[in-house]
Amino acid sequence: MTSPRSPSHSVGARVSAVELSSVSVRLGGTDVVRDVSAVLEEGGWAGLIGPNGAGKTTILRSIAGLVPYAGSVRVGGHEVARLGRMRVARRVALVPQEPVLPEDMRVADYVLLGRTPHVAAFSRESTQDLGVAGTALERLDLLGFARRRLGSLSGGERQRAVLARAIAQEAPILLLDEPTAALDVGRQQQVLELVDDLRRERGLTVVFAMHDLTLAGQFAERLLLVDDGRLVAAGEPAEVLTEELVATHYGASVRIVADPELGVVVVPARALAEADL
Amino acid sequence: MGGARLPSPRPRALWLVAASAFLVGAAVLGVLVGPVHIGVGAILRAAASHLPLVHVGSTLSQAEDAIVFELRLPRVVLGALVGAMLAGCGAAFQGAFRNPLADPYLLGTAAGAGLGATMVVAYAPAGTRGVLVPAAAFVGAVVAVAVAYGIGRSAGGRGAVSLVLAGVVVASFFTALQTYVQQQNVDTVQEVYSWILGRLTTAGWREVLIILPYAALSAVGLVLYGRLLDVLAVGDEEAASLGIDVRRVRLVVIVAATVGTAAAVAVSGLIGFVGIIVPHTIRLLVGGSYRAVLPLSLIGGAGFLVLADVIARTVIAPAELPIGVVTAFFGAPFFALVLRRSRVTAT
Repeated sequence: MTSPRSPSHSVGARVSAVELSSVSVRLGGTDVVRDVSAVLEEGGWAGLIGPNGAGKTTILRSIAGLVPYAGSVRVGGHEVARLGRMRVARRVALVPQEPVLPEDMRVADYVLLGRTPHVAAFSRESTQDLGVAGTALERLDLLGFARRRLGSLSGGERQRAVLARAIAQEAPILLLDEPTAALDVGRQQQVLELVDDLRRERGLTVVFAMHDLTLAGQFAERLLLVDDGRLVAAGEPAEVLTEELVATHYGASVRIVADPELGVVVVPARALAEADL
Repeated sequence: MGGARLPSPRPRALWLVAASAFLVGAAVLGVLVGPVHIGVGAILRAAASHLPLVHVGSTLSQAEDAIVFELRLPRVVLGALVGAMLAGCGAAFQGAFRNPLADPYLLGTAAGAGLGATMVVAYAPAGTRGVLVPAAAFVGAVVAVAVAYGIGRSAGGRGAVSLVLAGVVVASFFTALQTYVQQQNVDTVQEVYSWILGRLTTAGWREVLIILPYAALSAVGLVLYGRLLDVLAVGDEEAASLGIDVRRVRLVVIVAATVGTAAAVAVSGLIGFVGIIVPHTIRLLVGGSYRAVLPLSLIGGAGFLVLADVIARTVIAPAELPIGVVTAFFGAPFFALVLRRSRVTAT
């Protein structure tokens, strides 16, 4: 059932990696996700956008099997709720918006936690597990940090450590919840480019939730706009990032600039006051 | 790709050797120190003479032999077992609840054991107390934790937090009951207090044999779960996303730690501070991974309590200090020192 995943995927045949059909999630008496259906292709990059509290995080959590849901969530054809914790974790890696980084833990040990779903209950990591985690550290330029404690890392280094842990998990589906929220504009680009490289190298399916609409449109092949728990628009960035949709669902006044080189640029629309000119 | 290999997260052999040397040193001191002077050589000869197939004559008199092998040695072994349990279970609770201030009594063990022991002291006929106090303390401790777990689980939702709150509630209730029983039987207050302050008194090897199976079970369980406790360090949600059944891991750790703590409390009363100071000292020395902290806490705690007991029975000899007084009096400044040093050397 778990045949070793081949590292290079044939580019032509695109199968569905994640299938959501009529997914609803109720948390604390509130409907947080309502009747969402979507199919995400293997090796693709999908972006979840929508205002605060729209349900983006909960959709990601349902794919990772962390919340009970109604409807059906399938990864690689398997129903998440029936798959069991370990097996979900071998297929789906989640980078939460605010990961818990135990200050005392060494970077190497933290990245090694990514191997947890591959280690049997009372055994310990094999030399292969140590090798995979080492490769992840190397890939994210963290080898020099292996013995450092997490508490001593900068914001960008911490984000790389979290990504290294997710990579070490070797799950074909990578979920990122606001991966760039705490980073400056340079680090944001670096992290997303890195994710894109990893996606191509390893044939990962990437799903991220993003607030920055321009970045979301530049990296994602498809955007899913959610508002109040419902999927209200889906398609290529240019189809979803329209002035009307953003105005309706974000209550924001924006100007959309379609740039042939940069793609869709979303700019807040506010005329400069005359006194400032 | 794949050139780099990680250092293993298991404790370095050096630390295990150092902790073991500390324990052996403390044990030797524990056997040698006492009102009657008996030399190392004589003790070794006597020990050899007790072994089968070794023909060495003992130079000890019968009384001296009894002092070493029926008084001092069982007491050293009991101290080591109790210390190992308190430190190891303290470390385990700190990991399971991600709370650095957790001690082995967190979920009501102390209050439950206290109630059990007090009831026996108050109501059982004098001759039976020796056997009944440990049994009642053990049962009381296990019942208290079971009730706390039941309440915490039914509250649901917030996982570790509701469990800790339930522990506080159960501890208050059991303590109230214990105080009531105690007030009703004022004549036994002295005996209850001496139990509560903690002591390592032995009648030969009986106490050692009582707690040995529980201690072994608990130690094995905790060491096996060290890796999973490290996963819990990233929080319940992320641990679940890494494939861990968080609730089950926490339950197993609580059961193992409760069995160990209850057994320790049953034979030694309430000895404070060991369960916090030893794991934290080790954490400051070797880092936060429970795969290192758990085994080293077991060994280090054993040595620490044996040493504390040597002090407890020599400082005001021929009288004895309650060992809980010693652990706090010497432990607190030592811990302050370690804390200071770690600030200086932290990079």
